[in-house]
Amino acid sequence: MADSGVTEGPDKKEEIDRAKSEGKELTKEEKQRLRKEKKQQKKNKEKKDDKASQESEKEKKPLSSPPPASQPPPQSTTQKAPSAVPAPAPVSVPASEAPVPADKPAKSKAELKAERRARQEAERASKQGKKGETGQQAATSKQKAPPNELQPVVKRLPEHIQVDNPDVLKKLAKKLERQQIPLRMDYGYKVSLFSHLHQYSRKAPLTQQVSIPSTVIHPAVVRLGLQYSQGIVTGSNARSVALLHAFKQVIRDYTTPPNEELSRDLVNKLKPYISFLNQCRPLSASMGNAIKYIKKEISNIPSQCKEEEAKSKLLNCIECYINEKIILAAKAIAKSAIEKISDGDVILIYGCSSLVNHILCEAFEKSRKFRVIVVDSRPRLEGREALRRLVQKGISCTYVLISAVSYVLPEVSKVFLGAHALLANGYVMSRVGTSQIALVAKAFNVPVLVCCETYKFCERVQTDSFVSNELDDPDDLIVTRKGKTHLKDWQEVPSLGLLNLVYDVTPPDFVDLVITDLGLGMIPCTSVPVVLRVKNVDQ
Amino acid sequence: MELQAVLMAAGGGSRMTDLTYNTPKPMLPVGNKPLMWYPLNLLERVGFEEVIVITTKEVQKMMSTDPKMKVDVKMKLDVVCIQEDGDMGTADALRHIQQKIKTDILVMSCDLITDVALHEVVDLFRAHNATLAMLMSKAHEFTETVPGQKGKKKTAEQRDFVGVDQSGKRLLFMANEADLEDGLSVRKSIMRKHPRMHIKTGLVDAHLYCLKKAVVDFLTENKSISSIRGELVPYLVRKQFSKTTDSPKMKDDAEDQTQKKNDSSTNHELLISSRDEPLLQLAQERSCWNDHHGDMSEAYHGGKLRCYVHIMDQGLCYRVNTLAAFIEANRLAPKLFEEPAVHPSAVISERCQMGSDSIIGALCQVADKTSIKRSTIGNSTTVKEKVKVTNSIIMHGVTIEEGCNIQGSVICSNAVIGRGADLKYCLVGNGQRIEPEAERTNEVIVGTDQLMEI
Repeated sequence: MADSGVTEGPDKKEEIDRAKSEGKELTKEEKQRLRKEKKQQKKNKEKKDDKASQESEKEKKPLSSPPPASQPPPQSTTQKAPSAVPAPAPVSVPASEAPVPADKPAKSKAELKAERRARQEAERASKQGKKGETGQQAATSKQKAPPNELQPVVKRLPEHIQVDNPDVLKKLAKKLERQQIPLRMDYGYKVSLFSHLHQYSRKAPLTQQVSIPSTVIHPAVVRLGLQYSQGIVTGSNARSVALLHAFKQVIRDYTTPPNEELSRDLVNKLKPYISFLNQCRPLSASMGNAIKYIKKEISNIPSQCKEEEAKSKLLNCIECYINEKIILAAKAIAKSAIEKISDGDVILIYGCSSLVNHILCEAFEKSRKFRVIVVDSRPRLEGREALRRLVQKGISCTYVLISAVSYVLPEVSKVFLGAHALLANGYVMSRVGTSQIALVAKAFNVPVLVCCETYKFCERVQTDSFVSNELDDPDDLIVTRKGKTHLKDWQEVPSLGLLNLVYDVTPPDFVDLVITDLGLGMIPCTSVPVVLRVKNVDQ
Repeated sequence: MELQAVLMAAGGGSRMTDLTYNTPKPMLPVGNKPLMWYPLNLLERVGFEEVIVITTKEVQKMMSTDPKMKVDVKMKLDVVCIQEDGDMGTADALRHIQQKIKTDILVMSCDLITDVALHEVVDLFRAHNATLAMLMSKAHEFTETVPGQKGKKKTAEQRDFVGVDQSGKRLLFMANEADLEDGLSVRKSIMRKHPRMHIKTGLVDAHLYCLKKAVVDFLTENKSISSIRGELVPYLVRKQFSKTTDSPKMKDDAEDQTQKKNDSSTNHELLISSRDEPLLQLAQERSCWNDHHGDMSEAYHGGKLRCYVHIMDQGLCYRVNTLAAFIEANRLAPKLFEEPAVHPSAVISERCQMGSDSIIGALCQVADKTSIKRSTIGNSTTVKEKVKVTNSIIMHGVTIEEGCNIQGSVICSNAVIGRGADLKYCLVGNGQRIEPEAERTNEVIVGTDQLMEI
């Protein structure tokens, strides 16, 4: 990076703001459309065309493919990072809004920032006059303030964390109706702190409203959605692999309609499927990245490519992605992690992470002598599955519930944790209970190692587990002992709420090391944004 | 396409010959609609657009003339005719239409009347990638007196023993009492994998099956299986636990698969493999889900063949294959739909007392001073004055002269009941004439040509 220290501060802020307001894949399309409409309204205003053309040139340069009518956002997001400096990136966000930990010399650059802001306002004002803009502009101006306000920016929050806002719900309903996907109703009373999230019941599957030989949605996708919502496919890696498998089937069964291009039409075909899967179970960060990758690959198919060739190319891409990012990554991570496991170690793991299980099995095969303590928690009790896999290999294990963690920790030498996603500010998003374990381990001075593949690195930023989370079926918490179910009628008690959280975030202070692939080996938690930047440059 | 629907409408109704000797079973009127309209309606409601109907020429002819079928059924019906001699079992019929089957199938019988949420069965089929998913229901006792039955109804000797696992969804064991000579024996392999099994006997098989396409291909190779319910289903359930389909080690899967493919022709193996088997297995490996707990094996015990059952405990589910079921169905089937009890074209005089749970068909003529309670009256029926009809089923084209008293009976099409006749719990066959002032109780009145020759 040729950036001087002067511009580094605002750069990082840009990325973080961008990451924060980027949210989920689905709503980008919506935002794009809204933007286009607004722009067409402002078509009649007088604008400075030179500045506008300058902007478009600057933007067109980093883009590799010819800008068709709609450019998918993932392309522009990947290009945005390198073009962070020249492009009129959106840092009109006042410093107070950026929730960045204040480790940047932001205040001293106030004057420079003010100048840049003034320049950007002018440029943006001219650009908005441009008509029928290509998606690149829509995407890059995504985080910009709406045309009227020059100062405070309206943050576009993703839909899935605004469930208590009826307008957002209406928009979602309209979108789903357009895509012919049924809307899944929320279930039960939601605890007030989490009333902005969706809460679905497993007894009301989405397939109730889908016609039985499903014609709108590809059967492989319906099957996948069912498996997600019933919990048959759980775990970040498993979900991504299953998703890519379903997409392979979709691509195989796809035929380009006449007068359409595969590169554009297939992406549009995938959108309702992604909405459907999102309704069945909110998408994970790894799935989001996989989808971005596929969409990019599809859009990169040259228009003169024949259909068969294009399809086989795409199938190949998917295979490569899985191979590189999941299988080989696991091998690389295992190799690095095994160096950290010494003979006589007592390793503590939590829940069932496919990567951690893989590491431990590999270490055992390389004849390291260690024993494992598996910590488990209700209601999922995933630790049982981890326990089964390790014991099947021959590893000696102990099984405790999370309430016993502080009693068990004095004998533990290391803690290995898996991650659902690594956020751009170094926080680790993982199964609920992970931050608890990390906290207690820190109190006992036990090193905490997080193992995570790079494809799970996410550009989002979160500092608490409330803002964005997933609420599972509250009925899972109900237990029947000796024929008695005390919580059977919990809905009738007005002051009672059942909360079944799925994820939580662990601050980087509690994590000592992140073991990852891509030749990086072991990095500190705070290097995640650097890795993201480097990855984007490569792509 | 995900599922193809197949409706088996060639059955003869062997358990209710009195009703079916003139009208084939699929066209028997239940609630003034032909019997096969009900499964077709169910399929249409869930979203099917095409159905393959396997039936006889006679039924096909009747179908094309029946107004209900022509108007109400919007799906495309692909009718396949087979011989009427009745030697073709349901599995044979599937083999017959093997060319038309391109994907997984949903097989239904024409005599099923139910309001089940079909997605429950199909979801089991989809989510677990099952080979077979079927529907069963808790049997209801038939409370109505059946005409022509002498003495108490015999308790069913032909019980079905159905074994399910703890979740109540996985089908582990299925056998009919007739096949078990000296007791019920359960294989050790089943017990090892599923130590807790619930065995149920009071279940009615709805004859609704979701089958994988591989099963149809297997049927074409294996010509000895002729009935789905009698042979294919128990075979599949048994095969879940047979040694050859067990592959506990995922590692040697590559060799195992090629080996299995070679064996498939010789062992009649049911090979269910998709093109992306390694990817699916990778997903399953990485997923931290298991369908059972407490032993060392992976999800589904590594078995590829899985059979699931959805057991309905609430709601309607009838198989109209006996007279008692037919009467019960007539009573309850109309409640499934929000249709007016009296057809608009029927002419009913004001002095007729009609109960709210009676149904009058089209073009009926009901005269004065009649009383119709808890009954079904078919199309084009004439009911003259002072007739009392209670708890009965009157089919199409019947003429009931004055002063009759009909209780708990079934009068088939085109019969004529003479004036003043008193029928209690009788079954009057097609086109029969009951002489005036006749008094019959608990009799089956059919033509002499239908009586069996000794």
